[in-house]
Amino acid sequence: MPRPGFVLEVDRSTPPVLFWRGENFSLEKLPAGRSRVIYPPEPLKPIDDVDGAIRHALLNPIDQDPLPALLFPGMKLTIAFDDVSLPLPKMQRPDTRQRVIEAVLDMAADAGVDDVHIIAALGLHRRMHEYELRHALGDRIYDAFHPRGMLYQHDAEDHGNLAVLGETAHGEVLEINKRAAESDLLVYVNINSVPMDGGWKSVCTGLASYRCLSEHHNGHTLQHTRSLSGHREHSALHQSIWRMGKVLRDNGPKLFQIETSLNTDMFPKPFDFISKREWEWTAKDRATYLATTKSLERTPLRLARKIFHGIQAPHRMTSVQAGETSAVHEVTLEHVYRQQLVPVEGQTDVLTMGIPFVCPYNPDGIMNPILVMCMGLGYLFNMYRNKPLVREGGVIILTHPTYREFHPVHHPSYIDFFEQVLPDTTDPVVMGQKWEKQYAEDEWYRHLYRTGNAYHGVHPFYAWYWGAHGQQWAGKVIIVGGDAPTVRRLGFTPASTMDDAFEIASDVVGRSPTVTHLHVPALLVADVS
Amino acid sequence: MKALQIDKKLTKLGMARMLSAISPTAAAKWGPLELVTMDPPELPADGWHRVHTHLAGICGSDLATVEGRASAYFDDWVSFPFVPGHEVVGHLDDGRRVVIEPVLGHAARGFEPPFDGAAPGDGDDYAHLVTGRLEPGIQIGFCNSTCGAWAPQFVAHESQIHEIPDAMTDEQAVLVEPAAGGIHAALLTWPIISTLAGEPGQAEGRRPVVAVLGAGTMGLCAIAGLRRYVPGVQIVVGARYPHQQSLATALGADIVVKPDELARAVRRVTGSHMVGDHLSGGADATIDAVGSSESIADCLRFTRPRGRVVLMGMPAEVTVDLTGLWHRETQLVGAYTYGTETMPDGGRRRTFDLAIETAQAMGFERLLSATYRIDDHEDAVAHAAAAGRRGAVKIAFDLRPARAAGKKVSE
Repeated sequence: MPRPGFVLEVDRSTPPVLFWRGENFSLEKLPAGRSRVIYPPEPLKPIDDVDGAIRHALLNPIDQDPLPALLFPGMKLTIAFDDVSLPLPKMQRPDTRQRVIEAVLDMAADAGVDDVHIIAALGLHRRMHEYELRHALGDRIYDAFHPRGMLYQHDAEDHGNLAVLGETAHGEVLEINKRAAESDLLVYVNINSVPMDGGWKSVCTGLASYRCLSEHHNGHTLQHTRSLSGHREHSALHQSIWRMGKVLRDNGPKLFQIETSLNTDMFPKPFDFISKREWEWTAKDRATYLATTKSLERTPLRLARKIFHGIQAPHRMTSVQAGETSAVHEVTLEHVYRQQLVPVEGQTDVLTMGIPFVCPYNPDGIMNPILVMCMGLGYLFNMYRNKPLVREGGVIILTHPTYREFHPVHHPSYIDFFEQVLPDTTDPVVMGQKWEKQYAEDEWYRHLYRTGNAYHGVHPFYAWYWGAHGQQWAGKVIIVGGDAPTVRRLGFTPASTMDDAFEIASDVVGRSPTVTHLHVPALLVADVS
Repeated sequence: MKALQIDKKLTKLGMARMLSAISPTAAAKWGPLELVTMDPPELPADGWHRVHTHLAGICGSDLATVEGRASAYFDDWVSFPFVPGHEVVGHLDDGRRVVIEPVLGHAARGFEPPFDGAAPGDGDDYAHLVTGRLEPGIQIGFCNSTCGAWAPQFVAHESQIHEIPDAMTDEQAVLVEPAAGGIHAALLTWPIISTLAGEPGQAEGRRPVVAVLGAGTMGLCAIAGLRRYVPGVQIVVGARYPHQQSLATALGADIVVKPDELARAVRRVTGSHMVGDHLSGGADATIDAVGSSESIADCLRFTRPRGRVVLMGMPAEVTVDLTGLWHRETQLVGAYTYGTETMPDGGRRRTFDLAIETAQAMGFERLLSATYRIDDHEDAVAHAAAAGRRGAVKIAFDLRPARAAGKKVSE
């Protein structure tokens, strides 16, 4: 029986706590008597018969006819799937998407459907490499569909292949992939790693145009998105997307949403020690930690990245449900919360978080400085329900080397964003008004996004917007171990050690603040009372 | 009189070259520059005047010589021993305050000028620089016969003398010579810029783009020259140090970034693609105010096909892959000094006249960061060699009697 999440009160006997530092780790001693560590629940027991569960979900959907009843010869069927941005790390084969899509294709074949397109729902993310498509879908699907042009990646800039489905009452335009829009049935295959994903967000972002995405992916909306992981009514982003979902439901193709949840079994041996609670480390775990960190210190960064990005997680599926989007998503959220929710009493003055080597926007790439901000203030800060873990005006301390390094193929516009936009402003609203258009219309970025493996030109803005609420909320953000000029350009304060960071934080929160560490991995949602 | 002099002592030149990599102070101390006592130079002929130095700047080419890094090219174009110093403001025996156009041109050497009204730097044959009534030397400050400005007095021909207005301070005037060099480089971009009128980019409102790599004294002077005399250009500058960045902006740059960010800044402005490490298009013209292998290679990368790179920083031996230059049909043009310029409106002006106007109008005294007595030449040279790092732009010797008698002056 997996143990639930746990809040450890730190006392003098508490061992140092593990922090990610990009492609390495450190152990940090937190102040006794006023610190606590939030540990995630242990991985839930997975579904034993995954293929059986998938088939059951397709045949017994929620508020929807069974999938076979929606399939008929001569129909246009489109299957869209979540891209490489999740799960993290990538899961051991076979990937959930492969299993689900194979099941859908089997039923389509049985129904005599032969006009099937499979589309990677990239939104403005980078195009997946062939090896990533093969990993997500399996060789059989790839070899059967890709050579015939029936497996491809969504292009938010291909204006000839986009269709406007209508406007919300707020005037927001829903424009999505034309093939999907004109299909008799659109099947969406989702992996729900975090509560903010799934639901109407799948189609309304993954298959949307830039124009459509910019309706809600902007500084103003994200500043007013006060709950990405909890209550949707506090998220301006989700409110907008759910309005678009209504337009999709009313004017779009028939939609069959398939959502899955995974457990949090994220790291195989020899990295499994990082998921354990430190006081339960065995002598072997401690030796592995020492050997790993010392080795990584001597390992060239490029090689260290290769090692980490090569990890294949032993994630296992904990639920699969299909049918009407809203109803399906509510069930999915229950499963996600069952795995990730940890009750926490009260807020803290200082929130500490270790930033790992990866976030949704750098699979097989570099965790550049903008992504450090995005991961810290966008993702981890927002892993709460009810209210943020840190009090308003409190201090957020991140640990990461924050090197000034960018993947030139994946993140070309991030380099310009760092060099041009951040020296001018770190305000999400101001930068959106002043700079985003230039990046959206840059022909080079457009070319690289459409034909290479680059994120869209405006994506660094989106990554930055993602942290807008955290940026507003925190009184100060400190990065321990980061390259000082780079950290300053982000608008944050550099510190060399955790003790220095606490010293710097004292200007904002006094000399005896309460401290809470969000233990990563695995993923957790703090249910803050 | 006491003067700073450089002699051709190979051991000292070699030692300076070696030491300059370690410490500019050591290069100044153990290198070929020496404080000597010498007689003032004789007036070579009629038309020559004695100039009493007020301020004399330390230029990059002076530093290259002091540090033993000057190219062997100059071996036959200078005459040892010589007193350096060619950026100068002083006064004549009759009290007139003047700046000196240092090139030892036809008139100074007793030859007919190449055309009526020619400036010392004009002409397409340099034979006169090593012949005539003077020892070889491209300029005052590299010629044994004239002495140079790192001394209380030297001699200059009337063709080199420019009287300056009373309102112009010495601190502005000592920057006139580098200003002229910068303006000359700026005007060398005009032949390319002028061809753009009526091109599609112009119709869409894109201004011609000139990139400037480097924002030491010469880079800053080029920026000022571009802003004042090359109409309508968008100036994108790569400047290493914060004070250089703010001065570049103050003198008229539109966009200022760090040098390693310049290629991408040019790409953004010109809407180019990046193909490998070259831009698909790029700046219409680029001024290289550094003059190293790396800077030339960089400029070739972000200058558009059939654009022009103006090489203003003095190079020595460089190693550059010129395949891009060949493929892109880039013009690589040197910018040594100044003379008679053809202006964008077709008129003809002397560069020094433009420079005097510019130094006054744009407040070039702000570029003079520190002055030293010649007795403190080791400190002065070390300061000049590390000017950027130390937040400085131009370092000069102060030989005005009141200052020369005192201690080291302001920094």
